[in-house]
Amino acid sequence: MPKWITQVGCPYCGSSCDDLEVLVSDDGRKVLETRNACVIGNEIFHHASSPNRPTRPRMRQEDGTVKEITYDEAIDYTAKALLKAKKPLIYGFGSTNCEGMSAVGRVAEKAGAVLDNCASICHGPSFLAIFDNGYPSCTLGEVKNRADVVLFWGCNPMHAHPRHTSRYSIFPRGFFTTKGNMQRTIICVDPRETDTAKLADIHLMIDQGHDYELFDAFRTVLRGHDIPDVVAGIKKEQILEAAGKMKNGRFVMIFYGMGCCHTDGRNHNVDIAISTTRDLNSHTKASIMAMRGHYNIAGPGQVWSWQFGFPYCVDLSRGTHAHMNPGETSSIDLAMRDEVDCFVNVGTDAGAHFPIEAVRHLKKHPFITVDPNICMASEISDLHIPVRVVGVEEPGVVYRMDNVPIQFKKVIDGPDGVPSDEELFDKVYERMCELTETEPIWILNRGHAHGSSTAEQ
Amino acid sequence: MAEIVIKNGFVIDPARKINGDVMDIAIRDDKIVEKVGSGAKEIDARGKVVMTGGVDIHAHVAGPKVNVGRLMRPEDKLFKSPNAQAPYRVESGFSIPSTFKTGYDYARMGYAFVMEAAMPPLHSPHVHEEIHDTPIIDQGALPVFANNWFVLEYLKNREIENTAAYTAWLLMATKGYGVKLVNPGGTAAWAWGLNCLTLNDPVPYFDITPAEIISGLIETNEYLGLPHSIHIHQNSLGTPGNYEITLDSFRLAEGVKANNRFSRDSVMHSTHVQFHSYGGDSWRNFESKAKEVMDYINGQKNITVDLGCVTLDETTTMTADGPFEHHLNQLNHLKWANTDVELETAAGVVPYVYDKDIKVCGIQWAIGLELGLYAKDPMRTFITTDHPNAGPFIRYPRIIKWLMSKKAREETLESMKYTDKVIDATDIHSLDTERTLYEIAQMTRAGPAKALGLSHIFGSLAPGMEANVVVYDLNFNDMPDDPEQIERAFLRSSNFIKSGDIVVKDGDIVSHGNKRTFWVNAKVKENPQVIRDIHEKFLKEYTVGLGNYTVWDCLAPNPYVIDIDVEA
Repeated sequence: MPKWITQVGCPYCGSSCDDLEVLVSDDGRKVLETRNACVIGNEIFHHASSPNRPTRPRMRQEDGTVKEITYDEAIDYTAKALLKAKKPLIYGFGSTNCEGMSAVGRVAEKAGAVLDNCASICHGPSFLAIFDNGYPSCTLGEVKNRADVVLFWGCNPMHAHPRHTSRYSIFPRGFFTTKGNMQRTIICVDPRETDTAKLADIHLMIDQGHDYELFDAFRTVLRGHDIPDVVAGIKKEQILEAAGKMKNGRFVMIFYGMGCCHTDGRNHNVDIAISTTRDLNSHTKASIMAMRGHYNIAGPGQVWSWQFGFPYCVDLSRGTHAHMNPGETSSIDLAMRDEVDCFVNVGTDAGAHFPIEAVRHLKKHPFITVDPNICMASEISDLHIPVRVVGVEEPGVVYRMDNVPIQFKKVIDGPDGVPSDEELFDKVYERMCELTETEPIWILNRGHAHGSSTAEQ
Repeated sequence: MAEIVIKNGFVIDPARKINGDVMDIAIRDDKIVEKVGSGAKEIDARGKVVMTGGVDIHAHVAGPKVNVGRLMRPEDKLFKSPNAQAPYRVESGFSIPSTFKTGYDYARMGYAFVMEAAMPPLHSPHVHEEIHDTPIIDQGALPVFANNWFVLEYLKNREIENTAAYTAWLLMATKGYGVKLVNPGGTAAWAWGLNCLTLNDPVPYFDITPAEIISGLIETNEYLGLPHSIHIHQNSLGTPGNYEITLDSFRLAEGVKANNRFSRDSVMHSTHVQFHSYGGDSWRNFESKAKEVMDYINGQKNITVDLGCVTLDETTTMTADGPFEHHLNQLNHLKWANTDVELETAAGVVPYVYDKDIKVCGIQWAIGLELGLYAKDPMRTFITTDHPNAGPFIRYPRIIKWLMSKKAREETLESMKYTDKVIDATDIHSLDTERTLYEIAQMTRAGPAKALGLSHIFGSLAPGMEANVVVYDLNFNDMPDDPEQIERAFLRSSNFIKSGDIVVKDGDIVSHGNKRTFWVNAKVKENPQVIRDIHEKFLKEYTVGLGNYTVWDCLAPNPYVIDIDVEA
């Protein structure tokens, strides 16, 4: 009998929904149906059972074709490439679990590599702002239970985080928000009329690239000063109205996305967004949150902060200590300066996301992709190593966009012989130790056994 | 079978009233034994002090707010991280060290057990992931209870049995060790931007007072018979004049008797009392009330305290006292992080510079030490810095130096810009007390082990105890004139054996040992109402499924579970 598995985590967007129900086949090897998932989440579960999925490492040959090799050969190649390189870069981690990130941390230390994650080309400006100004935030349940004014700034959850508005931010009925969306004022700041903007009570159609000015106007108004008749293309009356809503709200929530942190001003936009939140706390309660893209892209920021002290751009090439200096140790900058002599792309698609110039430089040296699926990066790689799909075939801890850890279960078994990211990188580490004739350093007596939770009472 | 013998050291073991006797300490596997065979590995401790491993009752070393501090403060790493000690993991950070550095530094100082002082239940998998990555030391974590909706609702109706059933469930679900209270009611109020500054301020919506929460949780704790008493960070932390509220909270423990099978006598552990012993009504006339607070503690045998000494460093404050961090941020205007956690708690993080040339910081420094010097019972007064709030834990040796040497205190006092003002507002200059090594061992080992209900394995070198033995390069009969040597000796032990593994030699890490996670599994009678309430709250208000909330066993792969059968 096929079996329904409940409270399944979804390995797609930063909403990290954990209320999915998945029907798996008798033999526990195939996903038949899902409930509660958005269209993209649903697709990920079905994709895992795709017959076209690679299940063995594929090594590029001199003639440009690829040949299947064994995992041991792939591990050996990766270990040697990392050891040989002077400044290897290990990048990605949008779509894997924290166990994998932790294992990669050990490899990177051994290799003297730079460790970086997708934040480098995504919410990196947010980190820069947080370094300067902090991060007054909350968990998404606070938004659901309390928020009566919700601002979406340069983000469009209706497309990018399909269930965000129904689970957390606009529609849900919470403890102090029993009337759901009827009780919430939605403000959207976006130059386009997005599907999120269409849901908003107030849509401020800002001039593109003028985010800083509009934040500045809000702060000015909140502090009781006058502003010009038009700021950032928005009429004064509209700004006063929106500011009034915020000031009189009981709990104000600001969600912002790439439209805020990757438009002109970048980290400065986030900085003043945080300052606006701080100012609002003199009047009422306010919080801010970055709309992180992937289900566990907050993960590397957490894991590497506790292991190395930095969330991204972690340069371990000095061998003695970790060093972070975005601009110097960030992936794109390293690649554009042609400083990287071995590239490992893990659980993301640098081939699709990096500027072509950066990819051209990276391609001069060993280029390895570790990912369950075929992607642009895997197709230009010297070596593609498939791994199990986290959240479908591999359990693990992931961090939702609000940095809440969620223990994702697995629903089906992975293809025979295909390792998890953690197992793969632990083997790469052990091989590196063999090659350098050193003892591996483990913190605990270890095993990979996990995924079972103590029975709930 | 591994055998070790530590020979000829000056043994200091207050639990057995041994004070500097020259003895051998024998170890077989992970336990201390009477004697071992001639083949045992010998460690020469001649002319050195031998103690059991240190026990830290209160430090913020793992979890979301610690990590927010690490994340938002790259400057805490810049020029402040030591070079890695090959072949071990890299070490980062000063006030909020990486997990690797945390484990290594504690081990270098000869600490065997560290209690993470505040675990937000929703984030407990995170806390355990960090504990998992902290080498060598044994750890436990205290989930926070005093602003939790379940607790507020049950206690409002005086339902101790339900509170206890929920408490037992949450300890199991989070792999927690005991009951932590942080700004009872005040943090719940902070979810609306408010606070509870006195013991009688009603919590918004829940209509219960901090005093009722504290009394209710004391009762719950003793009903369950947990190894540790309630562990409380009181209301109105860090405010001039707050010592009266502190004394009022202490009075809630009067007449309550400890009920447990762990030889714990206390019913309340009041943490970082330095922050709660302030007089005056503004920072202008701010003064020490350490004597008043300690006088009360001296006479009240069922309360234990830890100091929370200010170490005069640049550090990172972090607490589940969300409204306090907001308040602090309004004072120093540095960066501010906050995380409100649905239904449970909140937390804030703000960097802080305790500058010895600022009058208030000087007075705070004096208050912490005065408390340590006024204490009549070192078995109930423990050395902490509320790491990293009043200073990083690697300053414990410096606090020991100050407590042991008036000369050292005077040197620091003299170096301040406002020495006279600090002297006027405190008693530090007139206190001649100098703590002995025996008292230091009580304040860092025997005492905290007993308060945590762990005196059957930690806090002593008696045969049968856990084989945690540390050797410090100090001559008991010929203590150094230069107090700096005291600090140096305690900072880097000559040898540290943790659970029978030699983990430190000459101040350097030589092994990752075998760390464990301690948690308490209290079995109570099945309580259908509480089970129903849990299911309902997860269905309606939480944003994480109940099935994904309970911490996986694999996150604490080396557990030490203390089972309690409440029905029996």
